[in-house]
Amino acid sequence: MSRIMGLTGNEAIAYAVKQSNVDVVAAYPITPQTIMVEAFSEYVHNGEVLTEFVCVESEHSAMSACVGASLTGARVFTATASQGLALMHEMLYIASGLRCPIVMGVANRALSAPINIHGDHSDMMGSRDCGWIQIYAENNQEAYDWVIQAFKIAEDPKVLLPVSVNIDGFIVSFSMEGVEVLEDDEASKFLSMRKPVLTISPDNPITVGALCLPDYYFEMKRQQVEALKESYEVIESVTREYKALTGRRYSFIETYGMENAEAGIICLGSTAGTAKAVAKNLRSKGKKVGVIKPWVYRPFPAEEIIRAVDNLKALAVLDRSCSFGAPYGALSSDIIATLYQYGKDLKVFNGIYGLGGRDITPSDIETVFNEALKVAETRLVKESLKFIGVRE
Amino acid sequence: MMVRLKDLTTEEPFTSGHRLCAGCGAGTIMRMTLKAIGGPTVIVNATGCVEVASTIYPFTSWKIPWVHVAFENAAAVASGIEAAYKALARRNAWDKHVDVIALAGDGGTFDIGIQALSGALERGHDFLYICYDNEAYMNTGIQRSGATPHGAATTTSPAGRKIPGKPEFKKDLIGICAAHGIEYVATASPAFWNDYITKVRRGLEVVGPAVLHVFSPCPVGMRHDSAKSIEIARLAVQTRYWPVYEVERGKYKLNINVPKPKPLLEFLKMQDRFRHLFQPEFQHEIEVIQHWVDENWERITKRCEES
Repeated sequence: MSRIMGLTGNEAIAYAVKQSNVDVVAAYPITPQTIMVEAFSEYVHNGEVLTEFVCVESEHSAMSACVGASLTGARVFTATASQGLALMHEMLYIASGLRCPIVMGVANRALSAPINIHGDHSDMMGSRDCGWIQIYAENNQEAYDWVIQAFKIAEDPKVLLPVSVNIDGFIVSFSMEGVEVLEDDEASKFLSMRKPVLTISPDNPITVGALCLPDYYFEMKRQQVEALKESYEVIESVTREYKALTGRRYSFIETYGMENAEAGIICLGSTAGTAKAVAKNLRSKGKKVGVIKPWVYRPFPAEEIIRAVDNLKALAVLDRSCSFGAPYGALSSDIIATLYQYGKDLKVFNGIYGLGGRDITPSDIETVFNEALKVAETRLVKESLKFIGVRE
Repeated sequence: MMVRLKDLTTEEPFTSGHRLCAGCGAGTIMRMTLKAIGGPTVIVNATGCVEVASTIYPFTSWKIPWVHVAFENAAAVASGIEAAYKALARRNAWDKHVDVIALAGDGGTFDIGIQALSGALERGHDFLYICYDNEAYMNTGIQRSGATPHGAATTTSPAGRKIPGKPEFKKDLIGICAAHGIEYVATASPAFWNDYITKVRRGLEVVGPAVLHVFSPCPVGMRHDSAKSIEIARLAVQTRYWPVYEVERGKYKLNINVPKPKPLLEFLKMQDRFRHLFQPEFQHEIEVIQHWVDENWERITKRCEES
């Protein structure tokens, strides 16, 4: 039996964490994530969970405590955003390097300076090479669903990597939507308690976090690459299993109208929702447009994207973060590298949009589609990097 | 009650073969620390000399669970481990009490780790934090820290022609920790092994956080004869440079009284980090250090008398 609850994106994540029987939550408040932690602390204080809740004094300590708890064999969750994620940066690499299957909710927010509390992807993109599996949810339902699946993916012995589930700050984190939730026992059955492979148990003493000099360090890092590769298969099987339970099918990417699209947009998170709505409208007018939304950003779903763009003639890549001084935004650089690698002669341009929570409207998206259609027709990219919705 | 030699295990959970320097005080302290443990124990080690010298992959000197995560967060990692054992016990996945010991040097404690330490003390996690204080960043090549004493020459507070060593004074770590209202805080010196081991045991017995601050001679950084480490650690106490005392539930107690202190000069002269102070133009700096030692001693003993 499924139930519909009215939850904000933050509350949806907190509810998923509650149903995931998490042992330790160590977190620190930061807008627009705080409600995840607040909502969860209510479960703790009302005796609805057995979780040990550690109200740490910084995000750095949040991730440090998470690493300690995860190494002890506990199921662990934390949440952050923006400056908090930046403060954690050092620890993100250690969490993946020590193979801690931590799950983290991130309500994506712009980075200072100037200070800004609104949504963009600068925070997670600034740490995109940290060795974590990185998932972007479009809406509250996806946020809920991905958190429950994330624990199962992270804790799989073939993976043992941390996972971040990203939602757009404010747009998703603070919007109330109907979310179809599992019953507690269904969630517990899908996600049994963590079975850690190796812990710092006094029953079997091990040394964790030793100094690895040039004779071993490289192999350790190489194994992380392999673990991310292995996670493909696990993500595939976990999402299939979740579909059997809920009827909701997740994967590496979601596509809309791509079967016959000539011009497409690829973007992360909530913007994909707007893009799909605009595409629907344009398609009803006979325009061949489509949308690709990567759910999984790391490991990068190269093959899935290549399959999705098979019939495409032009692709607009929308980045909600700026890689200063780089040729393109983060997603765009990955796409272009992938297309080149697969020998795809697809015309691509990159649009940087929505920094610091600047709205991206349906008409902005429509303009991008029309530009992409024009590129598809002329086979000519006049401007490969553009800024959408900014005063020049 | 003070531990006796025959009470101690003959086992060496901190094994030989590590690559700490000859005469390293920290090595002795680690050995004594692990002789004090009484049950399942997990060590969290901040980045520093002990960490890099005892666990060069694929080797380890630790026969008990040992974790290193980063430099500034030993107390936070210990928080997470303690929380995890609590949570695992709550759902019957673990049934033993586990002692958690966080180890860090003075840099990892006084400076970069003080926030994580303060947070963990305030939250009341059940763990023992041990700061082995060699009074500078010895691991990175002897840079000054908040624990470096006034006048000492380090590579970032050199004995210059104008500024003779570190101008500032040592932070009061015990005062800071005690101000958190935790049950047990104490200083120690490896020259007084039974005092130290007794304190490690006391710190582990306490329910909640406890902090030990132990003087750790460093032949390389303090620049002394590596055969004289324990002698220096003893002189530190006997000259009143390093008062050995404890604060239990806010009450100060002097553990080693020094009614007739040895001349501070004896202690300073053995360490070349103070050598420049013996030049005529900087001799007054020795008086400054003596003054600090006297005031510190008076402040602490007064609190002991009042308690």
